[in-house]
Amino acid sequence: MVRYLVHIGEVLIFPGLLFTAVIGLVTSWIDRKVTARVQMRVGPPFLQPFYDIVKYMIKETCVPAGASKFVFLAAPLFGLAAVTVASTILWRPMVWPEKSFIGDLIVVLYLLTIPAVSVVIGSFASANPIASIGGSREMKLILSYELPFILACLVPVIKTGSIEFGRILAEPMAAASPAGIIALIVAIVCMQAKLTLVPFDMPEAETELTGGAYVEYSGPPLGIFKLTRAMMLFTMPVFLITVLWGGIPLHEGAVPAVLGAVKYVGLIVITVLIRNTAPRVRIDQAMKFFWGPVTLFGVIAVIVAFIEGL
Amino acid sequence: MPKKTIVPIGPYHPLQEEPEFFKLHVEGEKVVDLDIEIGYNHRGIEKLSESKSFEQSVFLVERVCGICSTSHPIACVQAIEDAGDVEVPERALYIRSIIGEFERIHSHMLWLGLAGHFLGFNTVWMWVWRYRENVLDVMEHITGNRNHYAMMKPGGVRRDIFSDDIPGIKKILDGLKKALALFRDAVIDDPVIHARTKGVGVLTRQQIIDYGAVGPTARASGVTIDVRKDHPHAAYGFVDWKVITAENGDVFDKTVVRILEMFESIAIIEQCLDKLKTVPGPVDSNPKEIKPGDGIGHYEAPRGEVFHYIRSDGTNRPVRHKVRAPSFMNVATDRVAVLGQSIADATIILAAVDPCYCCTERMMAIDTDKGKPALHSPDLLRLSQEKTARLQRELGTEGPKLDFGVFS
Repeated sequence: MVRYLVHIGEVLIFPGLLFTAVIGLVTSWIDRKVTARVQMRVGPPFLQPFYDIVKYMIKETCVPAGASKFVFLAAPLFGLAAVTVASTILWRPMVWPEKSFIGDLIVVLYLLTIPAVSVVIGSFASANPIASIGGSREMKLILSYELPFILACLVPVIKTGSIEFGRILAEPMAAASPAGIIALIVAIVCMQAKLTLVPFDMPEAETELTGGAYVEYSGPPLGIFKLTRAMMLFTMPVFLITVLWGGIPLHEGAVPAVLGAVKYVGLIVITVLIRNTAPRVRIDQAMKFFWGPVTLFGVIAVIVAFIEGL
Repeated sequence: MPKKTIVPIGPYHPLQEEPEFFKLHVEGEKVVDLDIEIGYNHRGIEKLSESKSFEQSVFLVERVCGICSTSHPIACVQAIEDAGDVEVPERALYIRSIIGEFERIHSHMLWLGLAGHFLGFNTVWMWVWRYRENVLDVMEHITGNRNHYAMMKPGGVRRDIFSDDIPGIKKILDGLKKALALFRDAVIDDPVIHARTKGVGVLTRQQIIDYGAVGPTARASGVTIDVRKDHPHAAYGFVDWKVITAENGDVFDKTVVRILEMFESIAIIEQCLDKLKTVPGPVDSNPKEIKPGDGIGHYEAPRGEVFHYIRSDGTNRPVRHKVRAPSFMNVATDRVAVLGQSIADATIILAAVDPCYCCTERMMAIDTDKGKPALHSPDLLRLSQEKTARLQRELGTEGPKLDFGVFS
């Protein structure tokens, strides 16, 4: 009985929903504040992301006529559930090293794709031409970045011979080798697309598609999508740090934990700077970019990792 | 073959600051047709002007557009001066050019910022608009207003520029030059901006001529057309500057033309400010009446030639006031520019002519009970032709016989 309560607590409170949501929203405040300062604006107050989510929750939910109601409303929950579970599985070995299982890397890789898939499903369910264009762009984007992203994640697997976070964290970090550095750069570029931030924000492209995939969403479902995005903004960099850059090992004491947190903030700052120093690219340009140079570098990283392992 | 869908841009859309309606017919991501529907913003300014005195109609046309809020007045006062043979003091001409060029700078910066925003490059948007504030500050200092300067009047300008202010204005211009150089280099060197704008929305020289497009839209396609050079007015004949053109007619060239034009504008302002030190005089000839006659006035607004026609019958108000704004010519080119492009490019192409709808609107009255147009362009045209015929009878002149077959 207690075991089940602990599991439920892990998913709902720490390191699952509540923890991820709070840190995710704080991160989205950092994103908004740094963006504002880069753009010579003042920026929002610290609690603004929380106010936003609370306000979404008390707004009216409109379901468009002709939409598939169940799918339309279920899609955001689908994404939220996926990122919650992904974050839980990802954080457990960093707090309790024994709590990882063989193949958790594969599970998290799958779960991190689901928020994007849920956006695709929700946009197609909303029966809006603009949303379906946004959805088709999101789908093309998933197809573009998944291959190089998985190639980058293969590097630590090759180096440690394991698909378990606990083992990967126990070994020396991949980013200490040339293959790991290439893989980290590839993964950072893919992360930008996975978070659909500029220059890869064409699924929602405000000035082209007025919100694209999210155009028909309002109230709590939209709030859940926004919350999911904020949680992804937290989970994605942590995933990168975990598999490639030594993780944020809370169980090892203060110094490694703080070092991990610094790496996390560093990745967030890189992401925010990329998003503020580039215009949006077209979807065909993004696909060429990911299937061309980015995949090439991913393959190089894998080959170098093999050679290093000989 | 994928199903054809319509992507609406408008009537209210984050892409455009004003109400308008573009229907993009798309197959997948490709635009195959475009319908342009305007008419959401009509205010009947030409008709209103006939009920105002000449001095008042200048204020009225100032409200045609908030961004070109001195281009229309300059063209309007020139039309009135042309109709009534009014003398304008030389000092007033320099001040007109200064105000007009400051307006061009702020308008081009507004466009540059918005273009960045349309491409998702919000940093450019915010930075450009930050420096645009300096231009607006200068305008506020000289005229009392950030926009709607109310500087023009038949026979001169309303306010002088004082010698004490000139060093301060020049200092701000120097700072502006540095900022513009930054943006010029950022745009010309940025590979992603190249990827998004080069070869996109190309308008050929022939298409520009066919559609009668004007302003930076035409100049980016290699058509050297600029009213300031072709028909020098205000102080443009007295200062040294050149018309900026580019060859490719794509969005990138339109951007470059606008950025480089701002440097020319700064050069014009600096020369005019220097001249103000030596040219004495009143800034207003204070005409007491406008003689009967026709007058035209044109001015190179930031978007292209703005044209005003005024007919005076010797009273204190115009009997006919005709306005043609540049966007009226430029928006029509959108269709040829956008066909075959992707939706992502369509938005920046539609924005690249720097459209201004409130200048462009024509009237259509709808009978709501029947749901049918009660008064439409052909009716207006007929009314206008009847009025022209009546005026010709009254004045005993014979105008040219025009064929409006398409509309009637």
